[in-house]
Order: sequence, then structure tokens, then C-alpha cells
Amino acid sequence: MSTAAQQKSVYEQIGGEPAMAAAVEVFYRKVLSDERISHFFEDVDMERQAAKQKAFLTMVTGGPSSYSGKDMRAGHAHLVKRGLNDVHFDAVVEHLRSTLEELGVAAPLVAQVLAIAGGARADVLNR
Amino acid sequence: MSRVQVKHESKWYPLEPEESVLDGLLRQGVAVPNSCRAGACQSCLMRATSGDVPDAARVGLKDTLRTQGYFLACICKPVAGTRLEVSGADALRVPARIDSVASLSSSVLRVRLSTTAPLDYRAGQYVSLLREDGLARSYSLASLPREGLLELHVRRIPGGQMSGWLSEHARAGDAVSVQGPAGSCFYVPGRFEQPLLLAGTGTGLAPLYGIVRDALESGHTGPIWLFHGARTPEGLYLSEALRELASRHSGFNYRPSVLTGGSRDVAEGALDVLIRAECPKPAGFRAFLCGDSDLVLSLRKKLFLSGLSLKDLHADVFLPSTPRAEASGAR
Repeated sequence: MSTAAQQKSVYEQIGGEPAMAAAVEVFYRKVLSDERISHFFEDVDMERQAAKQKAFLTMVTGGPSSYSGKDMRAGHAHLVKRGLNDVHFDAVVEHLRSTLEELGVAAPLVAQVLAIAGGARADVLNR
Repeated sequence: MSRVQVKHESKWYPLEPEESVLDGLLRQGVAVPNSCRAGACQSCLMRATSGDVPDAARVGLKDTLRTQGYFLACICKPVAGTRLEVSGADALRVPARIDSVASLSSSVLRVRLSTTAPLDYRAGQYVSLLREDGLARSYSLASLPREGLLELHVRRIPGGQMSGWLSEHARAGDAVSVQGPAGSCFYVPGRFEQPLLLAGTGTGLAPLYGIVRDALESGHTGPIWLFHGARTPEGLYLSEALRELASRHSGFNYRPSVLTGGSRDVAEGALDVLIRAECPKPAGFRAFLCGDSDLVLSLRKKLFLSGLSLKDLHADVFLPSTPRAEASGAR
């Protein structure tokens, strides 16, 4: 029998929207400072991009989001043309892990989030 | 595929595929005020009285304007087959007169305007200045609302239509109008002990001059840093007024800088290097950045990476006005 705690999404368990707002800045800073991937973000509007990063975090933690594989494919197709591959995907996942760990998210929850994020690999890389 | 039709003052104008409402109307001889052509300055504000406007054409508009059907003609590309009836934004314009035009430096004019009705704005916001024939440019306000007169800092641009007219021909008493205000780069009272970082180049000083005085008058107690950058010492202006302000407020630090020709009072070097030297740990600051787009965008990124929160970063990028031929050629 499942308990209420088990039914709650990771998103709710780690604190919902306020937790996402705190996480997005930490996460986005890591992504922008990483030379392996920062060039994909060179010419974007920072605020709009931060909003997208927040939507991404909300999605991978099981929060309210309008994620669809189709959007993910369309949204990254131009980056795949510019060489987006597994190395970059892994770098983002690594930053996601260290962000959640820094914010004190429990290991089993981090593992759940990373599993969801990993599931988007094929869509992001348009495979 | 059916074309978009735009009706303006009882005449219909067809748009070419992918053409904006602004470009289509200008091409067919309708005078529409415009300046940045990038959806920022709001000079080309129009009102749709019937027909659908894409949401993207309302980006950045206040809810009060959206609900009245206002949209930005320069970024409005209605879906094929749309029949759109539009009118200008005359109702949002405030008649004004030129009060004075003076030189602040060899390249910057101080233009003061009086309006027939008070303009409700925050120091640091910008307005569109419209000449009687419809020529429009947007400028930041350097004045405070309590001062009555609106103050603009206008850079003299070689061949510039508005700056040329202001410096050569405009006289006190000339009628103009003002539309706005717009922009969210302004001081909000509160968190009075938070350090403030203001940085800008050229006439990016105008909004910063308003913001710093607004913060001081609002009782801000935290340290305030103002960095003004220029290529050469001639590009700096208001230095004396700012030094005087700094001598009266111990928490206010004024730091002029140039790329070449520094002196005892003026630092020499890149603005971001100077900022890093003076404010090595800006996490927790509130920042205001105004001026040249490359500088503002790169500073914003550097400050964010050094720990400033995005919600505390207020930036106002100055976009050049785009001549029509270039704009249509580029698209």
C-alpha cells in the first residue's frame, strides 16, 4: 500500500516552486560557466533561457509542466545541427546532479530526477 | 495563400508574406512613428480595433494596454488571411514643448521638456520623443518626477535625424509630444541596506543618474557604486555633478572610466575589469545596467555568473534606430 509521501512527486517533496526558483539560478550558473556547453547559450536572452531552465527542472522533478517529446525535439533540433551530442547531454545531467546535491536533496530523490532527465536523451538529441 | 489586409484610416493595405504591419504600412506610404524595430522602444504602438493580433506582438506591453488592443506594429506579423483594422496611438501621447537644449559635452545634449499634463513615470524609464512630423526616437529619462521638467540626454549622431534637429534647429517653445513611459530599469524602494551597482556607457548615464538620485532620496543606506564608461575623457559628462553628489553622500561612489586617456580622477581600462576590481564579490547586490547592447549583455552575464540573482539584475539595452531601407533589406 502506498503512502501519501510515496505518491508525492519529487517536485513536491523538495519544496515545489520556491525550490525550483532557488535551484534554477544555481543550475543555470553551472551550465553557463561550463566551457563544454556554454557556447550553445551564447546568443540567447538570459531571462528567457532561465525560464526554460526552470521549466526543465520542473519537468524532471515531476512538477506541473507541459513537456512533450515533440517539443523537446523541435527545441533542440537547431543545436543538434550545431553538434549537440552525448558529451553535452552528460554535462548538463552532471550539473543537475550537483545542483540538487548542493541544495540538500536526498540521494534517492536525486536518482529519480536523473532517471527522468536521462529519459529525455533521445528526444533532446533528436534520435 | 491569402494575404494579410490592414485597414488604416478607412483604406485597406495588403501585406507581403512575412512582412510586419509596420513595414507594410511604411512601404505603402503611411506615416507610422517607429525607432528600434525590435519590439523594445514601443514607438510604433498601434491599436487593433478589429481582427486578431499574434500574442508575440504584445510582448512587454502593460496589461492595461493589451486589454485595449494595443500592439507593436514592428513585430506584428498576423497569420495569413487576417483582416486587421488599426489606429494609431495618439491617445497615449502627451503634448510637450521644448524647454531648453544645452550641451553636456561635445557629443551629448541635455534636452528638457515640459508636458501639458504630468507624466507618471519612474526615474530610469524611457519615453519616445515625437517631432510634429512623426519622427520618433526613444530616450531614457534622467530627471525625477518631482522635478517637473523631463530631462533627456541625447547623443549627437552624425547624420542623425532627431539629434541633428535637436542640436541645430530645435528652439525653446517648439511643440513635440512624448509617449510612454516604458522599461523596467528603475529603483524600487525597499531593502535599503542592499549594495547597488550601476554601470553604463555613453548616454546610458541618463537613466543611472535618475536611479541613483531616486535611491538616495528614497533613503537608501547601502553602498552605491556608479560606473560610467566612455572611450575617451570627452565621452564622460556630468562628472562634476556626480563628484559633488558623492561628496554629500559617503555611501555613494562615482567611478568614471575610459579606454584611453585616463588620469588621476578617471580610471583607464575595460569597464568590467574596473567593476571586478572595485566590487569583487557582487553576490547580493542589486544592479542596473544601461547603454550599448554588447556591453550590457556581457556585463549582465558576468554579474550573474559572479552570484547576482537574475531578479536583482535590471538591464536596459540601447538599440539604435534602424533606417527603413536597411531593415527591409536585412529581412
